[in-house]
Parts: sequence; C-alpha cells; structure tokens
Amino acid sequence: MGKVFVDAIVKFTKEGNKIPLEIVWDDGRKFQVDRVLDITKAASLKAGGRGIRYKCRVRGKEIYLFFDDEKWFVETENR
Amino acid sequence: MKRVILHCDLNNFYASVECLYNPELRQKPVAVCGSVEDRHGIVLAKNELAKKYNVKTGETVWEAKGKCPGLVTVKANHPLYYKFSKYARQIYEYYTDRVESFGLDECWLDVSESTLLFGDGVKIANEIRERIKRELGVTVSIGVSYNKIFAKLGSDMKKPDAVTVITEDNFKEKIWGLPVEALLYVGNSTKRRLNNLAVFTIGDLANCHPEFLVKQLGKWGYTLWSFANGYDTGSVAKNNCEMAIKSIGNSLTTPRDLINNEDVRILIYVLSESVGERLRSHNLKGRTVQISLKDPELQTLERQGKLDFHTFITSEIAQKAYEIFLKSWDWSQNIRALGVRVTDLVEADTCTQMSLFLDDAKRQKLEMIDECVDRVRERFGHYSVKRGILLQDEKLNADPAHENVVFPVGYSRRK
Repeated sequence: MGKVFVDAIVKFTKEGNKIPLEIVWDDGRKFQVDRVLDITKAASLKAGGRGIRYKCRVRGKEIYLFFDDEKWFVETENR
Repeated sequence: MKRVILHCDLNNFYASVECLYNPELRQKPVAVCGSVEDRHGIVLAKNELAKKYNVKTGETVWEAKGKCPGLVTVKANHPLYYKFSKYARQIYEYYTDRVESFGLDECWLDVSESTLLFGDGVKIANEIRERIKRELGVTVSIGVSYNKIFAKLGSDMKKPDAVTVITEDNFKEKIWGLPVEALLYVGNSTKRRLNNLAVFTIGDLANCHPEFLVKQLGKWGYTLWSFANGYDTGSVAKNNCEMAIKSIGNSLTTPRDLINNEDVRILIYVLSESVGERLRSHNLKGRTVQISLKDPELQTLERQGKLDFHTFITSEIAQKAYEIFLKSWDWSQNIRALGVRVTDLVEADTCTQMSLFLDDAKRQKLEMIDECVDRVRERFGHYSVKRGILLQDEKLNADPAHENVVFPVGYSRRK
C-alpha cells in the first residue's frame, strides 16, 4: 500500500510544535530524521489520508511523513 | 452594499471521504450505505462512477445493485465524516466567522466583510476550493452570490470541484429556467400546489403576483416569491451562535417491527431516556410531548399532548408519550419507526407552579433519580444502567443521544 504507519519519536516544543526525530518502520528498522524541510496541511492521494505533512530528509532521501491527528504514517511508492 | 455569500457543498461527501482513504475504491462505482442488518440499508452517498449508473441517494441497496451490479457498498463511518466536516469548517473559518452549517456537507459563508482582506467572492471561493482539494483530498462546489438562496442554487450547478457566480445581471438567465422544486424549501407538496397553478419554473414563480401567492400558499408564498427574485435577506448565522432550542426529540427505526403495545412501551422509554437526558443537560424542561409513528409503508403519524407541568423527568415524558400512543394507534399496521419529542421549553430553574394536588416532593425525588442515572452513565457508559422494562427485549435498547447520526441534508430532501 502507499501508506505505512510508523512509530515515531517526536519532540513537543514549548511553542506547541511537534518535530519528528525518529521513525520506526514496520520491520523494526529505525530511521533518524535528519531535518524537517517543510510542514503543511495536506492530503495524500497516494497514501489515502490527510493530516499535517512533514517533508523530511531521512538518510539523504526526502520523504513525506504525515500526522493525521492520531497516528503517523509515511507516504510510499509501493502498492 | 451588496452582501457576498458563498455556499460550499462538499461533492458526494461520504463517498469522497471513503475513496480518499481507500485508493482501491476510486476506479469503481461506490455507494456508502446504512446498515442493512439494522434496516437502515439505503444509499447515503455515491461517487461519480455510481452516478453514471443512475444510483440515487435514498434508494435501497438492492435497488442500487439492480442498476449497478458491480457496485461496491461501503458501510457508513459517521465519526470520520463528522471529523472531516470539522476540518472543512476550519478552512471556512479562516475567511470569516459567519459560517452556517446545513448538514455535514454544506455551509454558507458570509464573506462580505472579508473581501478587503482576502479579495472578492470568486477569489475566496477558488482559494477555498483549492485548499479543500489540497488539504483534505476531496472536492467542493461553491456558489457565489448576494443572497443565500442563489448561492445554494449556484453550488448545485457545476459539479464537482467548481465555482459558479450568480449576479444581479445573470440570475434570470441562470436561475429562472430551473424547475421550481430546485428552490430551497420547496418540497413535493409545495411543488404540486405550484404546478397546479401553472408555476413550473423559478421564473414562473418570480413573475407571479406576490398577493396571488399569499392567497394560495399563505405567508410562505411571499417568502418563496422573494427567494425567486433574489430578495432573500436571510443572514448567515455566526458560528458559536447557540440557536435557542425550540424542541428536543429523538427517533429510531427499530431493528424489527414493533408489533404490540409492550414493544412500543419499551421503545418509548428508550427514547424518553435520551430526550430526558438531553433536556437535563441543557437545563430545560418542556410541557408538550409529541410522538411520531411510522408504519412499514413509511407513512408517518404525529400526535401530541400537554403535561400539567414542565418537566425533564424521563418517566413523566414516557408515560405521557405512551398515553398519547394508546389513543392514536389502532394496530392496523405494525410500527417501523418511532419518535418522541418535547417542546414548549423553559429554563429548568424558572419557577414552576406548585400544585395543591401533586406531590411535589415525589417529583423532586424523580428528578434526583434521573440526574443520578445521568451521572452513572457519564462515568460508566450508557448501557451500565438500564430500565427493568428493557429486560423484556434487550435488542431494542439504544442510546440515541450519543449514537445520533446526522445525515447529509440531501438525503432528507431527496426527490
């Protein structure tokens, strides 16, 4: 599916923001978020969902990580 | 100065939300339906592909499948649609505080005072349209006009994902050709009466003499005439504006037909519990109890009666409702749906007349018991406490106050 739910380690700042620091894939692999490049409200037709979209650089690649008010998921290419 | 009113109508709302969350549905005809097992098995929404097969909102699942054998039916997920409706509303509220909902999928916006900040009505409408698509992954049709009636007719014109403008210069061309039943508040009965007067289009209606319409339809005739001419001055309610509650009621379509008085008594208690709980939570008491009864042919009967005192006590409401029922139903038919409503409301704290005859202390005790049950349910759930009468048929138990479901307005006004 174009949507993979992940565990996420998130920093809650005193200004009320959430910054994802690390995500844990469903096979257990951990990926550190090198940098958050953009934060915006968006839907993902690929993944089938909507939420706050974090454009993140993870191990040199750019990924879209979403928080949909309840869970964190990553938009993926694979179906 | 002319107002700038938008009417935003989320396209095929429930179906669009389901297709967003389930990409594999998008290439198929989809209908979102109520539960067939609970006898709510009708189409609540369909997507564009299903529309092509002429699947209609309000028809039964089997009717729809007859027209479209490949139809995918999806069970309604009301909490999700309610959430989505709130997300859409958050976008609308960015532009104005004057947002009035009309069901979950429609809203009017009065942006007259927002144009200095955000641009004209069309610009705002297009921005909203793009944001709904981008942030929520569904589409909206928006009508822009100088009154609510035309804005709503406008949003109906181009679907999906479009903006239509109705101005003083183009409304005769765009609106007057429409059938009179397209006008808001013209239902089947008014349509028939107007057609009998040779009024078939909105233009026909607009060109009638208002006095003639008043003679035929009463005050409402004048209102409809002014709607047709673009004279509607109805304001868009500000959000967070608690409209004064005029009545509180609940109704249920039961999982099986009610076939005798005992069945009805059980259900009246279920509904009265819900109505009583809601009255107490709003600190209101009422004096008139109304019941509505629907038979398997979907014919509805409504009757009401007055209590001696304003009350929010469940058992008083239930007893009155049952008394009215016994006088009104001859059991020539079973009952498929039942409703209980309380009107004639006052604030619970206002002085109620002390009677010489009624035991006021006893009533106070009943009030306390009801309030105590409310507290227990708040903490442990609705089903943690139930009336003895329900032991006779637990399947009829329900919690209408919290399992309440708001259907898209289009469903209740389907033609």
